[in-house]
Amino acid sequence: MADLAPAASRAILSRRRGFPVPSENAVAGILVALLCVFLLISIALPLYALLSKSFQNASGEFVGLRNFAAYFANPILVDSLFNSLFIASLSTIIVIPLAFTYAYALTRTCMPAKALFYALALLPLFAPSLMSALSLVYIFGNQGFLRWMLMGNSIYGPIGIVIAQVTYTFPHAVLILVTALGLSDGRLYEVANALGTSKTRIFRTVTLPGAQYGLISATFVVFTLVITDFGIPKVIGGQYNVLATDVYRAVVGQQNFEMGAVVGMILLVPAVIAFGVDRIVNRRQVALLSARAVPYQPGPNRRRDIGFVIYCLVVAVLVAAALGVAVWASFIRYWPYNLSLTTANYNFPRFDPNGWGPYFTSLKLAVLASVIGTTVIFTGAYIIEKTKAFPFARGFAHFLAMMPVAVPGLVLGLGYVFFFNAPWNPLNIFYATLTILVVNTITHFFTVSHITALTALKQIDREFEAVSASLKVPFWNTFRRVTVPICLPSILDIAVYLFINAMTTVSAVIFLYGAQTKLASISIVHMDEAGFIAAAAAMATMIVATSVGVKILHILLDRYVLARFQFWRRK
Amino acid sequence: MSGTKTAGDKQPFLQIEHMTKRFGQFTALDRISLQIERGEFVCFLGPSGCGKTTLLRAIAGLDLQDEGRVTMDGRDVSFAPPSARDFGIVFQSYALFPNLTVSANVGYGLVNQRWSKSRIKERVTELLALVGLPDQGDKYPVQLSGGQQQRVALARALATSPGLLLLDEPLSALDARVRLRLREQIRDLQRDLGVTTIMVTHDQEEALTMADRIVVMNHGVIEQIGTPIEVYATPATAFVADFVGTMSFFEGTLQSSRKLKVAGIDLACSDDRGLAAGTKVTVGLRPEEVRVRDVTADTPNRVAVYIDDLEFMGAFCRARLLTVSGDVPILADFSVNLMRDMAVSVGKHLTVALPEQSLHVFATPIDELTTEEAA
Ligand SMILES: Nc1ncnc2c1ncn2[C@@H]1O[C@H](COP(=O)(O)OP(=O)(O)OP(=O)(O)O)[C@@H](O)[C@H]1O
Ligand SMILES: [Mg+2]
Repeated sequence: MADLAPAASRAILSRRRGFPVPSENAVAGILVALLCVFLLISIALPLYALLSKSFQNASGEFVGLRNFAAYFANPILVDSLFNSLFIASLSTIIVIPLAFTYAYALTRTCMPAKALFYALALLPLFAPSLMSALSLVYIFGNQGFLRWMLMGNSIYGPIGIVIAQVTYTFPHAVLILVTALGLSDGRLYEVANALGTSKTRIFRTVTLPGAQYGLISATFVVFTLVITDFGIPKVIGGQYNVLATDVYRAVVGQQNFEMGAVVGMILLVPAVIAFGVDRIVNRRQVALLSARAVPYQPGPNRRRDIGFVIYCLVVAVLVAAALGVAVWASFIRYWPYNLSLTTANYNFPRFDPNGWGPYFTSLKLAVLASVIGTTVIFTGAYIIEKTKAFPFARGFAHFLAMMPVAVPGLVLGLGYVFFFNAPWNPLNIFYATLTILVVNTITHFFTVSHITALTALKQIDREFEAVSASLKVPFWNTFRRVTVPICLPSILDIAVYLFINAMTTVSAVIFLYGAQTKLASISIVHMDEAGFIAAAAAMATMIVATSVGVKILHILLDRYVLARFQFWRRK
Repeated sequence: MSGTKTAGDKQPFLQIEHMTKRFGQFTALDRISLQIERGEFVCFLGPSGCGKTTLLRAIAGLDLQDEGRVTMDGRDVSFAPPSARDFGIVFQSYALFPNLTVSANVGYGLVNQRWSKSRIKERVTELLALVGLPDQGDKYPVQLSGGQQQRVALARALATSPGLLLLDEPLSALDARVRLRLREQIRDLQRDLGVTTIMVTHDQEEALTMADRIVVMNHGVIEQIGTPIEVYATPATAFVADFVGTMSFFEGTLQSSRKLKVAGIDLACSDDRGLAAGTKVTVGLRPEEVRVRDVTADTPNRVAVYIDDLEFMGAFCRARLLTVSGDVPILADFSVNLMRDMAVSVGKHLTVALPEQSLHVFATPIDELTTEEAA
């Protein structure tokens, strides 16, 4: 190998001449530290501020449980607690069977147009929660065309809240249940059939046990979403008080931060329980499915399939109507007397002093949260998953990254009020700025994005970093040249997820916006309060159109553009 | 390859001293000490989970040991990060970057060394020719077969001319024929380049055919280090004897120096490891060492046996023999023509000889061997 020798010695020479690069461990350490600092400031300290505030009086002295005692001594507030529990339980009881049947149809039948039905069910994810409440006002409100159906009852109150919550939480439940029902072992059905088991018995002994963890998880998620949602009771709650509106009134209306903190703590309870249950359930669900499981393939069955198509059609139409009526109404000149079409309701300066400003602020927030959030979250997940140094700090960062999912937006927003608005905190210069809205939005949706990133990273070869190290290539080069290109589809998923949620979120940001940073979703609340329901519907329509547009762009990009950059995946 | 070789260098290229690695309570490596000479091809051989990969990764600095020292080319690198050591590595999964072409993969480490584009291109071409893939540079890894991918990974590991090449089960993901061919190619390449190489494998045949020396490991300790012939012919422990090749074990008692008694039969053996008379020992015998032909009245170590079972293995038959006195099981391999000549069949009585120098005496009592070994 005489011809290789000069090359070899040259290689050694050039290595000696190489420029000093910062040590990989130092860079990894700095990045982990930055991530920890970010998460401490954006989630841990605000939560701590909320916690401590609930045990302090107005002048900041520790008063033990006195705030809680005061809360439970006030019959009006305790009423709200029971109202909230009632609404959440009722909505959950309605939505779970609805969603289960729908998910069953999507996974266990041969009905046509499954993708379309799936997309229709997920539609509410692209709208602010209160949009369905706006539709209900048009359908069943004082001027509603179906008002007679309520037989004298008012839509403003528990009835309206429950119907709107069912629409809002339906896609969340469907997502969980489709996953749970999708993770089935087809062999179990073959065995059961071979033993001549009846259909109902198979359903009871195979299908339900297989999906039970999904059902439990969905139940908790829906319950938590309902009890912590602010937009719907605000728009359609009328005189019916619930915890979420109490918090808003206490903090924004009366500046009673202590009471706000107490309610925040109460709202944290179901969310934390849901989080814990979800973790246990997830572990069990994976264990349930052995590596040898074969996915269940439904066989055609005309009568069953037609039945499910009819069911899905009805549900999907109702869901679409819950959003569609608001869209339609936003183009109506004067509901219900003059149904001619107009774009006058989109002339926002007539209804809101900020005019179109909130929409563009929302857009700016969504873009910033999406770009910055994706960068922070993906890089953070990479450092946590793929580097070796500082195992304790990486574990801590992961722990912090998993926290936000257990914190409802309303509670997170409260924590931000207490932490970032505190006079002692030098960070209070950010209060009411776009910066804090971006940080809050990224944090609010951190966990799901973090898990998406981790899942993508876990799928690529564990040894890339080891190979790079042996070739003396620092990890950031491999991150840039290999990891990011491979994970591009997941990175795009995260970016779109953050964008859409930034567009639609209401509950966290309602406490944080300032005069210059009012968001579209908040503008809806204000215009609705001022009685400009058509304009509120128009703004909601703008949000839906933007989110759906971005999603469609995402799908096109994924399918046609990204696919061309992924040619290396093809044989 | 004179570039990396320093004449008259007495020091081993790689020296590992008292290396220990624990995962929680579990000790994956237990005070491992080992020296590897410059230019040597060494195989780490052992069953799954014995710590081969752990040892290799500790040498690479990918997972640091808890205790012990690693000296590489005279330099103490015990706590150096991987990038400060001088090695190339090939993993079982190859870990080729899927979004980069074969050329970009091979040149991956060169780009970082501030080589000019044309020199990198030259070197990559040279390396691809070296591993026998001269025209495949523009393809992507998915477009190559497993064996080709393996060779690209090898070229990438060799690109920076490392002093040490580490291979972690590089052939185990390939089918049998490709494996045989690549074995030879890797071995030839290693000889040509003279690069010190460590290969992890659990395939004894691979280790025997490729290595200059074999390090046999079990449960985190080294059982034996030696050339393939040493390891095969004079296994240091019953574990090695069983793991490398096949051996049947039976219980015996040491009578006096080099005299054994097995089920009442007196046998001579060439080595008793200085054990005291009366010690209960395990006697091992490779099936191919059992002599059937030309056993006469004055052949030493004659034993009367009958055939209990025959297993057809292709080129030969493996027979399970039982001694007439005491029913001690002994495995023996009979070639096809021996079977024909002697009309071997189940139940047939034979007199066989167990050659003195083929009887291996181990101090471990037979009931302490794992069931797998004592089969
Ligand atoms: N990160 C880890 N955490 C805990 N235990 C580990 C870890 N890595 C390895 N082990 C344990 O250490 C032991 C040795 O593992 P190692 O990977 O070195 O085995 P091996 O000899 O390479 O086996 P194989 O042939 O299966 O690759 C095994 O019992 C394994 O379970
Ligand atoms: Mg291994």
